Parts: sequence; C-alpha cells; structure tokens
Amino acid sequence: MIEFTLWDIGRNLLLAARWTVLLSLIAFVGGGVVGLLLLAMRVSPIAWLRRIVVLYVEVFQGTPLLMQLFLAFFGLPLLGVDVSPWVAATVTLTLYTSAYLVDIWRGCVEAVPRGQWAAGASLGMTFGQQLRYIVWPQALKIAVAPTVGFLVQVVKSTALASIIGFTELTKTGTMITNAAFRPFPIYGMVAMIYFAMCFPLTWYARVLEKRQKVGQHR
Amino acid sequence: MTYAFDFSGFGLYAGMLVRGAAVTLGLTALSTVLGGLVGIGGASIAVAGPKWARWVVASYVELIRNTPFIVQLFFVFFGLPSLGIHIDEIQAAILAMTVNLGAYAIEIVRAGIDSISRGQVQAAQALGLHGRQVFRYVVLPQAIANVFPALLSQVLIVMLGSAVVSQISVPDLTYAANFIQSRNFRSFESYLIITATYLLMSIVLRQILNRFGRGLFAGRVARGNGSAPRNWRRRLVWRGARTVPTERSS
Repeated sequence: MIEFTLWDIGRNLLLAARWTVLLSLIAFVGGGVVGLLLLAMRVSPIAWLRRIVVLYVEVFQGTPLLMQLFLAFFGLPLLGVDVSPWVAATVTLTLYTSAYLVDIWRGCVEAVPRGQWAAGASLGMTFGQQLRYIVWPQALKIAVAPTVGFLVQVVKSTALASIIGFTELTKTGTMITNAAFRPFPIYGMVAMIYFAMCFPLTWYARVLEKRQKVGQHR
Repeated sequence: MTYAFDFSGFGLYAGMLVRGAAVTLGLTALSTVLGGLVGIGGASIAVAGPKWARWVVASYVELIRNTPFIVQLFFVFFGLPSLGIHIDEIQAAILAMTVNLGAYAIEIVRAGIDSISRGQVQAAQALGLHGRQVFRYVVLPQAIANVFPALLSQVLIVMLGSAVVSQISVPDLTYAANFIQSRNFRSFESYLIITATYLLMSIVLRQILNRFGRGLFAGRVARGNGSAPRNWRRRLVWRGARTVPTERSS
C-alpha cells in the first residue's frame, strides 16, 4: 500500500483545483454571453419574449442543479450528442449561471430610470441602440458588485459536476479519500482550497458594494 | 433520430416518489427550524455579543458561505467519524443542512436588524423595556418580518441543494430518481419526473410560506403611516409583554 503524505494529498488537490477554476471560468463566460442575450429578451418590448425568459429563470432556479446535470447527462445523448462529463457539466453550468445572471442584471437595468430609455428613443435610437449605448453602460456600474458576488456561487456549484464524474477538486478529494482513508484532513483541505478561491471574491464584492454606496451619497 | 418517450410503468414507483418527497420536505423543515434558531442566535451575537464571540460567528459565516454544500456534507459524514463522532446519514444530512442554512440565516437576520431604525429602540426604551426586551419584542420581530422574503428564498435554495444528500444514501427525492432509473433504465424520464416534482414543490412551498409570512407578520410591522395595528393590545398580551399599556379613556 502506498502511503500518502499530507503534502502528496495537498499537491494533488491543488492540481485538481485547476479544473474547478477552468470549469468556473467557462460557466461564467458562457453564462454571461447567454445571460446577455436573455437580458435583451427580458427587457424587450415584446411580451412573449419576456415570458420565455421568466419561465426559463423559474425552471433553472426552481430545480436542483444536480437534476439539471443528470438531465443533460442522460438527455443530450437522446439528441444525438455524444456526451462526456465535460460537455454535460459545461452546458448545464452555463445555462444555470445564465438564469441567475439575467435575474441579477435585469434588476440593474430596471434601476436605470425610464427617462433614459425615453431620451434614447427621442434621439431616434432603436431598442438595441438604447440598450447598448444608454442603459447598459449605466446598468453595468451597478451590476459589477452583485456579479462578482455571484461568481462565488458559480465556483461552489462546480462541485456538483463531481457527481456526474467530472474530475475536479471535490471528485479528486473523494478519490484520494478512497485510497488514503483519511477523510477528515482531505475534505478539510478541499474546503480550504474552495475557501481560498471564494473568499477573495466575496471580499472584493463587499469592497465594490461599499464603494458604490459611497458614490451614491455624493 | 427520434426518441420515443416511455412513461409507462412509473406508476409502480409512485410510493417511492412520495416517500422521497416527504424525506426532502422533512429534512428541509427540520433544518429550517434549527437553522433559523442558529440564525437568530448568531445574529444577536453578531450585533451585541462580546468581541471574541463576534469573531467566531463571523468566521463561521464566512467559512460556510465560501465552501460548497457538498464538501460540507462529505466533511460531516465522512470526516466526523474519524474524530470519534458517529452519526448516521440522516443525522449528517440534517447537521450539514442546518449548519449551512444557519450561516446564511445569520447574515440575513443581521441585515434585518441593521434595517431597524434607532427610533424603534428609543421608543421601546421610553416605554421602560430593558435591553433584552427591546431586542426580543421590538427589534427582532420587525427585523425578521423585513427579511422574511430573503429567508424564504434561502430555505428554498437549501431544499434544492439538499438533492446532494442522496450521495450519502439518504433516501430523498433524488435518491428515488436514481433508484427508479437503475430499475427501469428510463433515465431521462425518471429525472424529468423528479425534476418536475422539485419544481412543483418549490413553487407550492414558496406560495404557502409567502402566505404564512403575510399572516404571521400582518399588523406587526410599522407601515410608515404612523397608525398602530388594529389589534395591537391583544398582540402585546399574546407575545408575553409583562406590562400592557392601558387604554386611555376617551
């Protein structure tokens, strides 16, 4: 039997954390792009487009992420897509992230006074131009802090990808536990690595929020 | 390529689905009550406790909020026995869910306490309530009423997050899905049915708790128009205030 030193365990966990970071980045960037499209639909003047997004958000926020992962893992092959844990995890996390981001960003867009839209319209701008040049830049300022805060949730939710067999930090922790039989230090270290990734984001989100409040008082 | 959905034969597992849903709801209810108590206790320490206790509460909140629930669950279920604490999977699930919800509840309740204006405290002091009574009868009820929607969302998040307790073989709703698909090999249909069940549960639960919240806090929160709630005297008696202000004869 191979003996695992704490250093061995820690090193392997850190190597595995790369995949957690990568998966988080893909989910965030992908979710951001999809979220922007959904946002345009959500604030558009066409009612049925808005309703689709409302339904989308309700479904993704009202069901467990784990179920969504299982559905993608077993459902995508039915569409003829060859599914690896990679594909299932990235697709699901992208859609899941977008459902939350569109909700956060909608709030920010609605915080921009209606008069701004009207001013854009009076300059002859189309809906797309108003959103792009007038409302979005203003909403963006408000959106940064909650978006950074939400990144924490993205990082944490990637842990569920371990259940469908994606080898990231949590899965590696489980695998090492099965070999080394030392669950306490191993899961403790896994938690610490997640903490090291998430806490700076939490902290930064708080700083941004505080800065924003100061800006409002001026 | 077309896929033929086959939902026949799922009737067999109806009982299992209902039991699974009951376990999920039961775990959620229990951890809501316990986590709520942790939230209230922790928040009181966070606003009025000694410095070292505040630090402990803050560390607990940050530690839980910045790590995934599944890791917390594994740590409790696999890690604690190596310290000599033996708990079964249900206890581990309840403990992990309570600890998780408690941390978020502390943050939420504390935000609620911060939202109460100083005037409320001063008014209560003017009525002769002492420190603890001010907190218990004036600040806390209003604080919780103010943040009730946020607490409710967190409870629903914990319910949906509880899907992972199936991984330590707690027979919840997700466990039922895994079991059913391992028997009839209709994976997609199984997960579709169970996902729909979760969706239904979260929608119905939100409705019920919203109504419950409205009933619970009706007339208890200052609405800003300066008028006292209609049944304010009865409420004070019911809530155990020792001295009830006498009604002025008019």
